[in-house]
Amino acid sequence: MIYRETGRFITNYLSDRQIFPLRFDKFAISVILLGMLLWFPTLSEYWLSAHIIPILAVGLATLGLNILTGLTGQLSLGTAGFMCVGAFATYNLMLRMPDWIMSLPFAIIISGVFAGILGVIFGLPSIRIKGFYLLVSTLAAQYFVWWFFNTYTYFLNYTPSGVVAIPPRFYDYFGLGELLGVNMADYPARFVLAFIICVAMTYFAKNLLRSNTGRNFMSVRDRDIAAGVIGIPVVKTKMLAFFISCFYCGVAGALYCFCYIGNVDLMIFEVDRSFTILFMLIIGGLGSISGSWLGAIFVYEFPIVFTAAGDYLFGGAFDTAIVENVSNMIYGIFIIALLIREPGGFAALWANTKQKLRMWPYPH
Amino acid sequence: MGFDWVYLIEVLVGGLMSGVMYSLVAIGFVLIYKSSGIFNFAQGTMLLFASLTLVKMTENNVDFWTALAVAMGIMVVFGILTERFVIRPLANQDLLALFMATVGLATFQEGFSQFMWDSDIHGLQLSKFLNLSLLEPVPIFVADHIAWLDILLPKFDIFASIVAGTMIVVLAFFFQKTRTGLSLRAVSDDHMAAMAVGIPLQKVWAIVWAVTGVIALVAGLLWAERISVSFTLIEAVMKALPVILIGGLTSIPGAIVGGLVIGVGEKLGEIYLAEHLGGQGVELWFAYFIALMFLVFRPAGMFGEKNIERV
Repeated sequence: MIYRETGRFITNYLSDRQIFPLRFDKFAISVILLGMLLWFPTLSEYWLSAHIIPILAVGLATLGLNILTGLTGQLSLGTAGFMCVGAFATYNLMLRMPDWIMSLPFAIIISGVFAGILGVIFGLPSIRIKGFYLLVSTLAAQYFVWWFFNTYTYFLNYTPSGVVAIPPRFYDYFGLGELLGVNMADYPARFVLAFIICVAMTYFAKNLLRSNTGRNFMSVRDRDIAAGVIGIPVVKTKMLAFFISCFYCGVAGALYCFCYIGNVDLMIFEVDRSFTILFMLIIGGLGSISGSWLGAIFVYEFPIVFTAAGDYLFGGAFDTAIVENVSNMIYGIFIIALLIREPGGFAALWANTKQKLRMWPYPH
Repeated sequence: MGFDWVYLIEVLVGGLMSGVMYSLVAIGFVLIYKSSGIFNFAQGTMLLFASLTLVKMTENNVDFWTALAVAMGIMVVFGILTERFVIRPLANQDLLALFMATVGLATFQEGFSQFMWDSDIHGLQLSKFLNLSLLEPVPIFVADHIAWLDILLPKFDIFASIVAGTMIVVLAFFFQKTRTGLSLRAVSDDHMAAMAVGIPLQKVWAIVWAVTGVIALVAGLLWAERISVSFTLIEAVMKALPVILIGGLTSIPGAIVGGLVIGVGEKLGEIYLAEHLGGQGVELWFAYFIALMFLVFRPAGMFGEKNIERV
């Protein structure tokens, strides 16, 4: 066996608190991440633009929703709205700030702050409103943001169509591209940006989960009154959860527009997207970091793989509408089956598999 | 010219009528939530499925009343199957998992109904089948002696309100007077206790889902008359969400009152607020803001069960 969990001798508290206690894990994860960073940019534009970058963007949004819904237990259907704020804020920062101040990575982070502040505003009702009733607040955010950007075209530089292409100069990074001799507006460079942001934010989320703040989140989720009784500042914790979650969503929205599709488009931030992201979260598993990514990969790839398989098997004998409908049906059945079999989602499936492998070949 | 009062009253009445339409969808939600605590997202696709089934049958020259009966039968069977294969295996799971299961059900139904029939937009003329000239506006004289106070109101809206009213009365009767209704109320109070006194939980749930299917059919037909049978029917759900949340998830009268509040508020917002906010479409989010305002003061809706929280 290559993978062993033995031989781990804890001698001080610091080593007990490590994020990856096994040397093998540490090694494997760094190799995989480094491999992705070096290998993926060499892939064809199709793989980058149609699979890898969009998964990075929606996966980050799922992670953001996970912090709010999975960790803190506040149900949200406003994800796409907060993503929208992130994307539009980034666009406007890049457009309206002088070039020597603003560069894309900074703009993305700052726009995350904007989304976070909006999240706190719409999160305020969560002090009083709980459970499914909270949907109304996040849906209000979703529809309001959409309407706002649709009505005030100033934020789209007065483009009437609601879609604006991102000018290449936004990818300038203070002339870094010229220095390295690569076009920073190309997909490989965009991938590197998205990948670094995603890895950093996933690492942060993983640490958040293990920190005092993360434990506060979880105690508020499990029972907020009890959490209040033992001295956890419930309101502050909820607001913090809204801020961090919406920060993630805002950054994800910016990545979606600036790294994936290359234009800022209002249509992609409709309420359907909020549902898709909630789907990804539930299928992946609430409260699990790796689950968010697995769920995002699965939900994003399922229709693509299904359509491709249908085309391959039947050679385009069926109408695309039929394929889409059948895909929907199978998808629906699959979700129900997964929830029945394993309500914890992929994260729980993974944990079970790991446990079984650990026991193998003796089942007890 | 001063403030146009007649116009205001017309807007109010129009709002009330569209509120009735929201209530129709909301009732289905409330029934399921009340009896099983499930937030049923598939309500919209049930609307679509039911009305599409009926429309396709009438288009193939099936008599309207036969088609209605068959569609009702299909919805009942569908409800029972849903209970058997989706709800029963997930009993006692996390509510969020159940919610997601209904979203999965909605996805399935969306694909299924469009796969079985088609995804075209169908017109549905209830008026043709019912021999009513529904769509002509009729003047309603609010006060006979004031000549200028006549308000135009489509007959169809009156018809919709009558249907909704009848449905409420029937449901109220069903809940209060029949034995099944009694067990439904028991189940909605406490699952465990209901099971302990020997109420067949699964049978009750099957009944609820079947009844909801029939309500979806009625609501679907009325909505279809307004916006034709197509994919957009699913969005009726999003309209019904603030309605049930205002009314309280567990209250049927709440669904009605909530519908009226939202209907009126939305129209007022669109007409008197939109111009100050720089554009159309205030309707889109205004309903949610109204709901939010209500909920901040009454976190369980107007008629919802007050949640007594203990540690």
